[in-house]
Amino acid sequence: MNIIVCVKQVPGTTKVAVDENTGVLLRSGVEAKLNPYDLYALETAVQIKQTYGATITVITMGPPQAAEAVREAFALGADNGIMLTDMAFAGADTLATAYALAGGIGTRCKYDLIVCGKQTTDGDTAQVGPSLAEFLDIPHMSNVISIDKAGSENIHVSADIGEYVGAYEIKLPCAITVDKGIYVPRLPSYKRMLESVKQEITVLGLEDLADTNPKMYGLSGSPTQVEKIYQPEAEAGQVIIDGSPNDIASRLCHELRELKYL
Amino acid sequence: MAGLRINHDLAHKLSEAELDAVQKLCAFDAVEVDTEDGLSVNSSCKMCKLCIENGPEGLFEYVESPETTGINMDSKGIAVYVEHTLGKAHPVTFELIGKAKELAKPLGWPVYALLIGCEQDDLAKEISANYDVHVYICNHPNLERFLPEPYTAAFVTFIDIVKPSSVLVGATVVGRSLAPRVASRLRTGLTADCTALELKENGDLVQIRPAFGGNIMARIVTPMHRPQMATVRYKVFDAPVKLQAATPQVTYFDVESVTSRIAPLGIVLKDKTLDIANAEIIVACGRAFTSHKQLSLAKQLADLLGAEVACSRPLVEAGLVEPARQIGQSGRTVKPKLIITLGVSGAVQFTAGMKNAETIIAVNSDKDAPIFSVAHYAVVGDVFEILAQLIKQISEATTNNNNNTPEKEEQFCYRGEYV
Ligand SMILES: Cc1cc2nc3c(=O)[nH]c(=O)nc-3n(C[C@H](O)[C@H](O)[C@H](O)COP(=O)(O)OP(=O)(O)OC[C@H]3O[C@@H](n4cnc5c(N)ncnc54)[C@H](O)[C@@H]3O)c2cc1C
Repeated sequence: MNIIVCVKQVPGTTKVAVDENTGVLLRSGVEAKLNPYDLYALETAVQIKQTYGATITVITMGPPQAAEAVREAFALGADNGIMLTDMAFAGADTLATAYALAGGIGTRCKYDLIVCGKQTTDGDTAQVGPSLAEFLDIPHMSNVISIDKAGSENIHVSADIGEYVGAYEIKLPCAITVDKGIYVPRLPSYKRMLESVKQEITVLGLEDLADTNPKMYGLSGSPTQVEKIYQPEAEAGQVIIDGSPNDIASRLCHELRELKYL
Repeated sequence: MAGLRINHDLAHKLSEAELDAVQKLCAFDAVEVDTEDGLSVNSSCKMCKLCIENGPEGLFEYVESPETTGINMDSKGIAVYVEHTLGKAHPVTFELIGKAKELAKPLGWPVYALLIGCEQDDLAKEISANYDVHVYICNHPNLERFLPEPYTAAFVTFIDIVKPSSVLVGATVVGRSLAPRVASRLRTGLTADCTALELKENGDLVQIRPAFGGNIMARIVTPMHRPQMATVRYKVFDAPVKLQAATPQVTYFDVESVTSRIAPLGIVLKDKTLDIANAEIIVACGRAFTSHKQLSLAKQLADLLGAEVACSRPLVEAGLVEPARQIGQSGRTVKPKLIITLGVSGAVQFTAGMKNAETIIAVNSDKDAPIFSVAHYAVVGDVFEILAQLIKQISEATTNNNNNTPEKEEQFCYRGEYV
């Protein structure tokens, strides 16, 4: 079985804020890391590989430094890595991202199963997986909580649909997004980590995709646009309570009584 | 092609220090000093446009793509997707209908509800009568439960018939799986988890949500495409009052293909899992809490008030509190009557999930903590000292209270076998 895992490099514990005086976006924090939800996607692929046999290819779209995310994936068990990087991909919303990933996967890979993380920690939309499946014209199932059986024609999964858990048989090729907790992600292997440095990553740009129309990618291919970003405003008419813990507690008790909670 | 354009003549005139300052304008390291072009923008650019706003006049310019797609730009109306299980609509549906009606009113636009299912005629009539909306319904045995492919086909057929300007979908598990598939087939924009919506006179839907993983909000628009699609979480908007009077307006439509490459094998209904979204009072703990022992103090206060304990994301990440209790953008949206936050800094991703609470009491030792900007009561002090006193005083005040019923089992569990 050929499995593709889509991963993204996300900011570490970055704090972004707008500087009140200059209006400039300020960023402080640690370096980028592999999207934590993608660890579950990778682990799912590795588990399937161990049980049924598979080749795992990770794919990412991002600036050149996103290669780090692919190397991290190597250390976690991926066999091959593809990186989509091109100025034409910059400023992509989820639709343009999914379109580029679909292009990369569609033109470069034989695949049976695509595994995505549930969502990213920076965008938090959960949209890329289903969108990617649509562009590739394959079925998808979101929020998969277990892989029940994998065959050559289809895969059986259980998915958390909110009010119920559903069991499904899905024809291959297909895409799934996996929930946190499907498996416990392993720690990167030290040996693999050392080897990953030498491992080759296939780098693809716009010209390598089947659709080379730049209007389909990045900002140009993104129907949504950021009109303005701003800092949330403060609440007016606020009561400030301070003093000794004892005083604060009595005042709070008083307010809670006034509000009829006591 | 739309994008950022750099005025290279201007860039070449900049001094090294100025170039350095310009480079720092970008929070994503996308602006590079380039020996040939003076400056260049790399693929890290997120098109936040702040360099245009804050950089030297004319250095950065935003070029719009000249052509519009022109697809139904004059379309009217707002459609709401009705999510339902076992003949009951998810309550987020009504909140969205209420919001859609509010947005549509100034423009005199119609509001539609889209119901995809099997024999859901009663539900369609009920929704139409209760909320005075035009319901479009697609009934088919293969549509009994959500399956991405046939539901997408039905959804797209509906859009083709009605041509709404905007489409709102609940950001539930189903909504988050269905909406992106529909938006991609239509090649239109979809904004996830909006916390506020506005409608401009020209019909542009302004979709507001936290952005760039920071303490900032973004106004997002889909200027060149219709329909404009957005998902919104449960409890972000208010449920409208039922009207009860209107005559139901229901239109049936068929979908060409209901085939699915996914075969449903069965479902297991979940037991009523803990849902902090339903709690009237919430005590929310933040990173100030580092142990179960400290959390048990919050639990004591919660028990005294008849409240549920909830938390910010770091406590879930630390494994101290189960994920179902997380408030915020990647947790639950709550709208309780009262929320007491304890040692929560108030990042937008947290406040996005609770700022609509009726009363917000925030306790934080840092008087400049952002949580105070949404709080009605700003309590400045050490959370544990205050908790100890508060528990003592409330216990004394309510001496013979018979609360403290044993905690119900809150593990995620199944009811019955596959049916
Ligand atoms: C895409 C994305 C989605 C996210 N989704 C969520 C989400 O759903 N929910 C969420 O909560 N976060 C979310 N976050 C994380 C969010 O940005 C913040 O990092 C998080 O909310 C911070 O949690 P906190 O306030 O508990 O911790 P901190 O920011 O560390 O704040 C702790 C606060 O406690 C105060 N404090 C410490 N000790 C005491 C004491 N003894 N007495 C009184 N006060 C004390 C400090 O002054 C500080 O203000 C998300 C982030 C991203 C990027």
